[in-house]
Amino acid sequence: MKVFKGRPVVAGKARAEAIVSHEGFNTLASFQKALMFGDKEATCSDQNNAELYGKQMAGKALCMPQTIGSTTGGMVLYCAASLKRQPACLLFAKPIDSLAAAGAILSGVWTDASMPTVDNLGDAFLDYVKTGMILTVSADGTVTVE
Amino acid sequence: MAMQLTKEQQELLSGARGNALAKVMKTLVMYSETFGAQRMVKVTSAYGHLVTSFGLGVLTPVYDMLDELIAEGVTSAQPFSVDPRPLQKGVPANPAQKLFFKVMYSKQKPYEERLKKLGLMKENAFTCACYMQEVGNVPKKGDVLSWAESSAVVYANSVLGARCNRNSGIIDIFGSIVGFVPEFGLLTDEGRKATWVVEVKTTKKPEAQVLGSAIGMKVMEEVPYIKGLAEHIGNALDGDALSYLKDMGAATASNGAVGLYHVEGLTPEAVEQGAALIQENARVYVIDDAELERVRRSYPTIWKDAEAEPKLCFIGCPHLSLTQLTDWTEKIEGGLLAQKRKKVDIPTVVTAAPAVMDAFEKTPYAERLKKTGVVTLSICPLMYMNNPLCGKMPVVTNSNKLRTYTSARYHTDEEVLKLITKGGK
Repeated sequence: MKVFKGRPVVAGKARAEAIVSHEGFNTLASFQKALMFGDKEATCSDQNNAELYGKQMAGKALCMPQTIGSTTGGMVLYCAASLKRQPACLLFAKPIDSLAAAGAILSGVWTDASMPTVDNLGDAFLDYVKTGMILTVSADGTVTVE
Repeated sequence: MAMQLTKEQQELLSGARGNALAKVMKTLVMYSETFGAQRMVKVTSAYGHLVTSFGLGVLTPVYDMLDELIAEGVTSAQPFSVDPRPLQKGVPANPAQKLFFKVMYSKQKPYEERLKKLGLMKENAFTCACYMQEVGNVPKKGDVLSWAESSAVVYANSVLGARCNRNSGIIDIFGSIVGFVPEFGLLTDEGRKATWVVEVKTTKKPEAQVLGSAIGMKVMEEVPYIKGLAEHIGNALDGDALSYLKDMGAATASNGAVGLYHVEGLTPEAVEQGAALIQENARVYVIDDAELERVRRSYPTIWKDAEAEPKLCFIGCPHLSLTQLTDWTEKIEGGLLAQKRKKVDIPTVVTAAPAVMDAFEKTPYAERLKKTGVVTLSICPLMYMNNPLCGKMPVVTNSNKLRTYTSARYHTDEEVLKLITKGGK
């Protein structure tokens, strides 16, 4: 077990299985097909992301450095949350980028979906966490990796 | 220090002017606090610009949000332009693709109705290159913007000297509605300082779209100060230089996340402040011919059959300028003449803003381009390629942005010309 302390961008609690991307997470490319074709598991459709492509994102603890790609990114996360296809939480090793922050905050303010978001967990977090590990997120931004 | 809100902002947040506006304000306050903004500043541009232009059926939550705002009588404090429409009469598509488009963008008309109610600047204000004179959404130097669309934001910041962060869709319209935006990042003098120095040391003028790609991949979201480029594109922001910077910038923003670049001796802040814009300990990235070649070779080919004959060619992502439309007309005519051909060999679509196309239509070049078989449209090639039946086709393009987000294969301008005129065979 290892504990990492980050900053809660949208505070909340979650316990979920990790899926990990060591490269920037392209929000639009990842959620595009899931949203277009009504995939409730939100299977990642980003062919350029070998770690996540084909993996379920809904209900998982999505671990990444930052998000990249289209400025529709925040709106895409908001839509995923509204449609209940959002990850259980968003966990960022680096300071959150403006697109992901918009998505997390829009989801928090405009929907009743839960998607706690923590940033600044540090590079050591991404070095340690592996896909399949169970993570617990506390409201103060503490992330416990089992 | 805690964030300072004005009386007006506090009133909005309290719900005194409606629940929908209170949620808009709460979103902006949380967004501001996330980035350490201590206040919000007035949006000073005449117009906004929104990235979401497509009436996808799956965007129901966005439509519901806009309906909630409209129901409470909320409108934008400033008129706005919007990214290109996804469809237009004359788009090359087979019956199956057309049917898919119809289903995919089934909410286009009702979405545009909502945009009109909120403050669309004019009926045809649909383009990613809203900053073209013909379109009329040209911010002044120092203007504070609430825009999204990465290629437009980087152009406004870098070439026009306006101030705008890389906003997400929805945050763009929220800033335009309330008339202020959080002050952080590229809105501040410190945030506009360069943390990278890019030294261009190529033997000839670098391809704008590959140079931008190389810079974006290296500096990601940071600010580069580019040296050695004015030698290739000149010291004046004329039509050619503006078009070059437009295409280079779009590639920096899509291949990385660049929101602002400075070009020594050319872009407004670099002309005014020179090397004072460079932060201490800025890192250096040297780009020579070999580096451009390395970057170019790194692009994956994701066509099923790498040797397939291209079925379609897109030129104009971001939308072309009037200068580029006339240049391409001459190049295509010349290429066809050299091959003793009359029409392009691959169906080719060039895209530009509706207002730029209107201006182009008034020139003799429009008829000349039409004779080559090239189709002129104002759609978004990205949205075309998002149709899975189109995405499966072997499509070529001179756009690095289109390459990044879709299965389209990138070629330089010269290579595209050879492909469509059969000049290479």
